[in-house]
Amino acid sequence: MKSFDELSLKEIVDEVQDGFILGIPADYSGVPMKFTKELIKKGVKNLKLYCLPLTTIQGDMLIGSGCVSEIEAAAVTLGEFGMAPRFSEAVENGKILIKDSTCPALHAQLQATEKSVPFMPLRGVIGSDIQKHRKDWHVIENPMRSSGVREEPVLLLPAVQLDILVFHAPCSDRNGNIQIGRRRELATLAHASKKVFVTVEKILDIDFFEDELSAATCLPALYVNGISIVKNGAWPCSLPGVYSSDNEEIKKYSLAAKTEEGFGEYMRYCL
Amino acid sequence: MILDIQREELLISQLADLLKNDKHVAVGAASPIPGAAALLAKEEAKFLNKRLRVTILHSNKYNNFTDGARELFDCAAQGRIDTFFLGGVQIDGQANINLVGTGEYPKIKKRFPGSFGSALMYFVVPQIILFREEHSPRTLVKKVDFISAPGVSERGVYRPGGPKYLLTNSALFKFNKNLQKFSLFKINEKETVKNLIKVTGFDFDVDNKISQMSNPDTNRINILRNEIAPMVSEFYPEFANRIWGI
Repeated sequence: MKSFDELSLKEIVDEVQDGFILGIPADYSGVPMKFTKELIKKGVKNLKLYCLPLTTIQGDMLIGSGCVSEIEAAAVTLGEFGMAPRFSEAVENGKILIKDSTCPALHAQLQATEKSVPFMPLRGVIGSDIQKHRKDWHVIENPMRSSGVREEPVLLLPAVQLDILVFHAPCSDRNGNIQIGRRRELATLAHASKKVFVTVEKILDIDFFEDELSAATCLPALYVNGISIVKNGAWPCSLPGVYSSDNEEIKKYSLAAKTEEGFGEYMRYCL
Repeated sequence: MILDIQREELLISQLADLLKNDKHVAVGAASPIPGAAALLAKEEAKFLNKRLRVTILHSNKYNNFTDGARELFDCAAQGRIDTFFLGGVQIDGQANINLVGTGEYPKIKKRFPGSFGSALMYFVVPQIILFREEHSPRTLVKKVDFISAPGVSERGVYRPGGPKYLLTNSALFKFNKNLQKFSLFKINEKETVKNLIKVTGFDFDVDNKISQMSNPDTNRINILRNEIAPMVSEFYPEFANRIWGI
């Protein structure tokens, strides 16, 4: 028996159900753009995007296509190409719920799930309007006698489990271990997700665990439910170490998506 | 020789001056000018036989982290980052910053990207430099519409870090934590204090040692254009192309 499931992209898309909490990798950690476009074609609804810690064109496209009801993020932006126009429009007109957060909180909530503890403490944040509007966050006094300052207020964040995570990676080995390099936040996302699917550029006929270097930079197959070979799967986003982002294309999107009509036209061309 | 210094180059030079005592400077999202300043300071530190580490979050090459995106925040919380830069859609007189949008939250009028990591970094990095190019009553306001991260905290809150400076196209302010107020420290040669009072939405003090922003000398501008510019184009290609045509 093969040691992992090789799937078609459609089979991965079919795993995503309406209302799911979907894990979203940042623009530097392998954005599964081909998958995202197939998801939009399928017409999935009411997704809750959990961004670690931000999203760019992926989140903006999903929002503009009406696939999203809620997003938890530290930022939604097109980076050098300015604001994420469909996101801004959707928030301004109350079309989606944004749970404003901050990067370390988004990490910590998943780290709680990694450890299977109910919450994670975090310093900072106290006194901000982010904290004021997050009814699911609590501030307690540090109860420890041995560490920190006893009366210090500390923020507690709930553990968050994702329903599904999909990301794009350079390659897997013959056993389904995924190369993630230094993008360790992908491991955090995977550990905190019920199901994990990965699109890859290629599957190599080697074993990452035979070498200390490749063993330390992979996500073990143990956390992965299925793999699909999708060439150029992050385009127009970059795939770290493999190809850089197609800035002309992202610029084109940023201009088109300024209006609903322009966005619709762009999506017709790109789907 | 009189050099034709660009506005961005003057800002890079001003920021680099503030990094002279640092051992580790980190630069976050959407920050080409701070990124260039950090790399410039690193290059200049070499001449003084000093080691300055620079972590540019959006670069693979100029980056010291291997433990994923959370390492920046863990590293900062451990006190291993001396300087970090934050911006703001709005910045107010008490150094509160707003990265979320204008209007009354959550029914926001104009939505911006979001708070990023500001709500932790502002608390734990000893020298936070606020940086916003536009100097106007629209950006520098009396009171921000949304506090992404507060300028000062109540007693008891863990806060080894906080705002030290605010740089705009027109001015460099120091932040006085005890008075909870900015003090005008350097001024662009094209500006007057009188006009700055008019275009700044909050009240500020004027430092008794106020001086003009000095232009970078030939040596610095050469390092910037010949050595730093190609580095910047690795992680901010649009910016490098616009400023230096590379």
